[in-house]
Amino acid sequence: MRITCPICGERDRREFYYKGHAVSLDRPAPDAGEEAWDNYVYLRENPAGETRDLWQHEGGCGAWIEVTRNTVTHEITATRLVSEAKS
Amino acid sequence: MDKLTALSPCAGLLPLTIGATKVVEVEPGQMTSVAPYNGQLNKLSKAMKAAHGVEYPQANGLTREGDTQAVWFGHAQAMLVGPVVEAGLAKHAALTDQSDAWAVVALSGDAAENVLARLVPVDVRLAHFPVGMAVRTQLQHLSVSLVRVDEGTFQIMAFRSMAHTLVHDLKTAMEAVAARG
Ligand SMILES: [Zn+2]
Repeated sequence: MRITCPICGERDRREFYYKGHAVSLDRPAPDAGEEAWDNYVYLRENPAGETRDLWQHEGGCGAWIEVTRNTVTHEITATRLVSEAKS
Repeated sequence: MDKLTALSPCAGLLPLTIGATKVVEVEPGQMTSVAPYNGQLNKLSKAMKAAHGVEYPQANGLTREGDTQAVWFGHAQAMLVGPVVEAGLAKHAALTDQSDAWAVVALSGDAAENVLARLVPVDVRLAHFPVGMAVRTQLQHLSVSLVRVDEGTFQIMAFRSMAHTLVHDLKTAMEAVAARG
């Protein structure tokens, strides 16, 4: 498996650390209420198809990367820096 | 008081020549990590050029002038190698003295690419890894900076505490490549 780091280019999967779904980029406001926080902390989709998750290029440049991939075909369709995804 | 003797990170381990490859220790001089503040990259690059003769490097790149190198060292980070850093650069970047924290070696010889191919998950052939390219990657389990300083020579930096492991991994790969004749 290869992941294209927006900074370093295409690299081997072993250089990356996997965190989880990119939901953590969308943290609810402190006063968003119990349901929003319950959702954010505990509930996850388990899609057969496209999903977005966070990887860190730990063995490379150190950047956090949002990876869009397909859980059925294993195709990676997009990567971008979290610092850009947030802005 | 006892007299203390300074030892280099690879003292007693290098140089090493096996088959068509050689590893020697490099004495890098001062090392300072340079992490530009938001929006300061252009000013920093100009100040580095004026003070040390090297601009801030592009991603996966290296700038150098004489014995001074500015090695790209990761996301928003470069390592200035050689001189004592000009204090004025602190206006544009976070500066951290990392002298003595890194083991620096040079791997050269006809089989150098074949040795690295056993150790790092990047393509080190000249067509894909030209002179002046500087990547962060892993050498076996070590986080390293890998630079092709000239056609036949790679510079490798690893944490000083991992110097024995670095040399051990290089030696093992050099022996394996040499055994194939
Ligand atoms: Zn990277």
